[in-house]
Formats: sequence, structure tokens, C-alpha cells
Amino acid sequence: MTNEELKAYLTKNFPEAEIADGPQYIELTVKPELLVETSKKLKESSETLFDYLFCLTGVDYPDCMGVIYHIESTKFHHEMVIKVKTTNRTEPVIESVRSVWQTAKYHEREVYDLLGVKFSNHNDLRRLFLDDDWGFPLRKDYTDEVRIIER
Amino acid sequence: MAEIKEIFINSDNLETDEFKINMGPQHPAGHGVLRLVVTLEGEIVRNVDPNIGFIHSGIEKMCESLAYNQIVHLTDRMDYLSAHISNEAVCLCVENALQIEVPDRVKYIRTIMDELMRISSHQLWFGAYGMDMGASTALFYGLRDREKILDIFEETCGARVTLNYNMPGGLMFDIKPNFQKQVKDYIKFLRKKLPEYDKLVSGNIIFTERTKGVGILSLEDCIAYGVTGPSGRASNFSCDVRKHHPYSAYPFVKFEEILDTTCDTYARYYNRIREMWESLNIIEQLIDNIPEGDYAVKMKGVVKLPEGEYMQRVETARGDFGVFIVSDGKKNPYRVKFRSPGFSNLFAVNKMSKGIKIGDLVATLGALDPVMPDIDR
Repeated sequence: MTNEELKAYLTKNFPEAEIADGPQYIELTVKPELLVETSKKLKESSETLFDYLFCLTGVDYPDCMGVIYHIESTKFHHEMVIKVKTTNRTEPVIESVRSVWQTAKYHEREVYDLLGVKFSNHNDLRRLFLDDDWGFPLRKDYTDEVRIIER
Repeated sequence: MAEIKEIFINSDNLETDEFKINMGPQHPAGHGVLRLVVTLEGEIVRNVDPNIGFIHSGIEKMCESLAYNQIVHLTDRMDYLSAHISNEAVCLCVENALQIEVPDRVKYIRTIMDELMRISSHQLWFGAYGMDMGASTALFYGLRDREKILDIFEETCGARVTLNYNMPGGLMFDIKPNFQKQVKDYIKFLRKKLPEYDKLVSGNIIFTERTKGVGILSLEDCIAYGVTGPSGRASNFSCDVRKHHPYSAYPFVKFEEILDTTCDTYARYYNRIREMWESLNIIEQLIDNIPEGDYAVKMKGVVKLPEGEYMQRVETARGDFGVFIVSDGKKNPYRVKFRSPGFSNLFAVNKMSKGIKIGDLVATLGALDPVMPDIDR
């Protein structure tokens, strides 16, 4: 599907989600509680078949914590973006999509490690790169005490 | 006596307890500092838990305080064997965001260098993988041929590994006058040498016995785990970014996406050998047709991307590499994420190695071609 067709399809099938035109991809912003349901639908629907999650990014936006999923269909080779945002900065929780895309399990561990976003229903949420007592370095309010990044 | 006999007859009593061993962080077959916590039952692998982060260098965080021109120089410290391709990814991302069209000359030269880089990466991997399997001659074959590519790199841009030849808007310098001749000589040279790889390793009975039918990863699992690059294509996963989302000069060339359906370690190995042949074909199509023109477009001293989120995917020697930039309109990015192919590939090792013998774990891991700085970032 081209981006226009994809947009029409999404508007029809996901009325409660927010759809925006990004510079490259159609961006679908969903409520955290609808994330897994939406992902499952997008993966399993025979028209979209988004079966390949190629990038999962956590972003500390000025007003919220966001997680961005870049997905692609290995059959049609169209791509799109799912976004989910939570305003709770102290204890951000988003449901894990590992039941939909297995690779998310490890990417979510990375996001938890670097941004402190917790993923519910994740069976193995340990830190990936850093020690347990380290802060969350990719947050914007992280203080770089040992001056490791900026000299 | 009767009791002992009973134990041997009733095999249920012979079960051993599962136990855990550490492979790494300093293991020669880890290709860097990688620690695998392996759960074993006898010599059968039951679970593999990769522990990474030993050389996590916080590149994504560093990028947030650097200008776009400076970020380019960090990316070749990640996957140092595909340095030029990672550089290009950042440059393409910035160029696409600014909607700059680079001259065709730049596209051609970038693609030729990409493919040379891919060959050199696969050659080093061939050597290292041979070493993993106990064939030290393979290392010398690989390094011997790689050396000549590095010489071409050195003459073109002064560096041998971390090239830094790209910059947003084009290339740092033009190619040298005898670049084309050197590359053409190299194609001839490698075409003679590649069959030697097959003679030495591909058809070797010791090698094939250890790799064929080992470490099976089905197509469904391959997509679910996001295993890309030659490792993914060995499971028939058509994931070549050059084919499906072409960039630079790839739309101008004809090449075959190397796919295999056997899904085992040997397929992953042989896919890379075939990819080297295909890379030579790509270079051959481009090398005589490099158009005249500028080698860079004039850019502003301070590059500022318009507000928005930009993604650029390229095909490195390890697979689908992505650069994701969130810009808030300032001179440095708000957030940069590198989607590294090695990261996704590595975590599939658990799926591949369940039920295999501990001795085959090295072969299974090596065939994924892990480069640790690429995984840890």
C-alpha cells in the first residue's frame, strides 16, 4: 500500500487513534491501553501484514515519555510508525508488545535500561547495558555526575 | 551390582542436573566482549542468555550534544567493519531531511565504496569464522585479500578502517585519478581468489559436518526476531534494504538478492561468500560509469534540521541498519537512535542454539557475525 492508501485504511479501521503525516511515514498515535490490540490487528490483517518490527525507540519528549515503533510488512514492504505516549514521567508504564513481535522483548529492555520506561507483561525486564544502580541516561533531566559524556 | 545395572538400564536415572556456565566476556569466539550465560544439560545447550554492555559507550547520548557533521564521525566507531555504510546512513538521513539532492557522482562513489566495505567486512568475517572452527589458514586468506581493499581506502581518503569519507552533502574529497584502475584490478584479483575460499573451507568435510543442519532458524522466527542481513537471507527472509528501499546508486544497478532456504549455519556462511560475488558485480556496473560533476554540494556551516522525525535505513554487512533522528529544529538533534542489525541478530542465538551441542554454539554464534561495538553502541 502507498502512504495514501495506508492512511485511508487506518482512518477507516482505527477511528479512535490519531493519524498524522510524518516526513516519511504515516504516524499512528494510540492510547497506551489500545497499543497491543492495535499492533495485533495491524500484524494480522491480511491487507497490512506488518510482521516485522525493525526499530523500537524510546524518546523523552518535553511533555511526555514516548515509545516509537517502526514496522514494516515483509510481504508488501510498506512501512509505518506507531507512537504511544504517557505523561507519567516518574513511573511510566506501557504494555509490552513482545507477544506480537518477539524482537520487542530485547528492544524494550534497552528502552527500560536507558529511559526507565517500564513494560508491563514483559517476562524478563532486566537492565541490559548498565548496572542496576545507574540512573536513566537518555532522560533529559539526567545529571552526568562523572562527566562521562560532556567534558 | 544389580543396583548399578538397574541404573544403566533405566535411563531416567541417568539424567543430569542443568547447570550454567559463562562463555566470555573474554572468549576468543565472542568477537569482542560478549558474555553468554549458557544453561547446559550434559553437553546439550538448553538456554543461552546474552549479557551485553561491556563496551557500551553511550553514543546515542553523546550525539545529543553534537552537531550533525560531528555525529557522522561517531557512527564508524560502532560497526567498524561497515564504517563507510554507517557514515552514509547519517548523511542520507540529514540530506533527506533537508531535501538536498546530491550529485550522481557522489551516489556512484558512495555505492562503490559501500560494496568494497561489504567485501572487506565479509573477508574479515571469513577469516575469523575459520579461526572459530579451527582453520587458521582461512584467516590469512581473508586478511590477504582484505589488505588490498584497505590500500584502496587509504589512497582514497587517508584512513583504512574508520573512513570518514562521507559528510552531509557529499564526500570529503574527490576520488584519486587511478581509483578506477585500482578497483578494476581488484575485481580481477578477487575473482581469481574467491574460488580458493570454496576450496579451502566451503567444501571441507570437517567444516560442513559442523555447520550443515546446525542452528536452524525458521523464516517465521527470523522475522519475529528481526534477524536481517546475510543471516536473515539464509532463512529466505527477503530483507535487503538495497532492494526494497533503494538509496544512493542502488536503483541504477541490477543485482540479485541472495536468498537461501536451508536456514542453517552453513547457509549463513555461504550467503556471505555469494554476497561477495554479487558485490563485485555491482561495482563492475558502476566503476566505468562514474559521472562527471561535483563531489559535494555546498552546505551551510551549521546544519539545522527542520522539526520532525527522520528515519534512514541502509544495508550494512550485518543487515538492516537504521538511523532515527528526532529534531527540534536546533543544531544538535533531540534524540538519535541507531537501530543496529547486530543487536536483533544476537538475541536470536537462543532460539537457534536450543538443543545443539555446546561445541556447535561457537559455530552458530560466529555465523551471525556479531561485532560488539555495533551491539553495545
